[in-house]
Amino acid sequence: MDALVAQLQMQYRNYTVSLYQQGFLDDQFTELKKLQDDASPDFVAEVLSLFFEDCVKLIGNMARALDQTGTVDFSQVGASVHQLKGSSSSVGAKRVKGLCITFKEYCEANNYEGCVRCLQQVDIEFKALQTKLQDMFNLEKQIIQAGGKVPQVDIN
Amino acid sequence: MARDGGVSCLRSSETMRVGIGGMESPPLDLDDVHVLAVDDSLVDRIVIERLLRITSCKVTAVDSGWRALEFLGLDNEKASAELDRLKVDLIITDYCMPGMTGYELLKKIKESSSFRQVPVVIMSSENVLTRIDRCLEEGAEDFLLKPVKLADVKRLRSSLTRDVKLSNANKRKLPEDSVPVNTSLPPPPSPFTISPDSSDSSPPSTISPESSDSSPPLSPVEIFSSPLSSLLDDEDDDVLPSSPESSPAPEESPVRRQKMGSPGLD
Repeated sequence: MDALVAQLQMQYRNYTVSLYQQGFLDDQFTELKKLQDDASPDFVAEVLSLFFEDCVKLIGNMARALDQTGTVDFSQVGASVHQLKGSSSSVGAKRVKGLCITFKEYCEANNYEGCVRCLQQVDIEFKALQTKLQDMFNLEKQIIQAGGKVPQVDIN
Repeated sequence: MARDGGVSCLRSSETMRVGIGGMESPPLDLDDVHVLAVDDSLVDRIVIERLLRITSCKVTAVDSGWRALEFLGLDNEKASAELDRLKVDLIITDYCMPGMTGYELLKKIKESSSFRQVPVVIMSSENVLTRIDRCLEEGAEDFLLKPVKLADVKRLRSSLTRDVKLSNANKRKLPEDSVPVNTSLPPPPSPFTISPDSSDSSPPSTISPESSDSSPPLSPVEIFSSPLSSLLDDEDDDVLPSSPESSPAPEESPVRRQKMGSPGLD
């Protein structure tokens, strides 16, 4: 049992570190983990879940705004990008946030092709993060089920 | 966790404690810090709510400036007895919001006689010095750059505890029929005017609980709360105003308070 826990914990550590190293997460995600405790053990998962719902909604808004053939309201697109930039920043979704910064610039430049490209990338990126985090949360569950504790991972 | 777009109070008992709905209010818990958080982003609202609750604040989170004004009772002219019990120790608001910006909300709060003394903190994802300056000039206590961190909120919280304890100690001495605080009534003659020729005036900052037996009755919301950090004194450089190093010692706060003027004057 202990060997299994130790193995899972090592897997978890490595996986988490890789997410930071690959730029999926930044230290705001670490800040969110500080807000999780035994009384609120799923806080991070819940916030991220809300974030992903937000992504779906906002990306939908952007797609609709960009779909107005000939009369694209770039400020409307930009407003949704601004909101997504804000929430991705708040949860530590580093790649999504970075894309939003570029996306915002394209909106301000009224660059249709640039915006469409960014929209596609943002969609891919948030889904990739969602999958990665799901794997991470699953590892946490496995550790707990095996009788262990989820280790604090030091990112440095 | 509340997910609607309106007022999200994680515990309805906390709302009842602030006396909304005319319920009989339980004895004031002197260590209670009640924060009104305003942010149009649900994710940010949940995060700020958690940050505040983890630092032992009671939180009411709303999704717009209008709802904030509604909560504070500033959206109508009707006098309300319940407002005597509405205890808001800090308002923390996002800057960029549709409809009413955090700056506009700040102005409305500072224009109200009931809540102008409540510290207002602005949060923004953009580090724009002119924006920061504008907010500080309008009376904001602090400006936090998003994403907000636990350390930021802990710092706010520790500044508040001391001041809430002071002001709550004064509240305990109030007579039952203390002056009403509604904005529609003319401000009552304040027995506690800060005027240079008042022979027995003492600076508000030196009120101590033990000496308040002989002090004149204070309106519940005309409390003298220390600013969280005297940002007016800071050098205007690239350092964020919210950095801990720039906070002055508490003794400097009386200067700031007197600048804000006495409640009875406008």
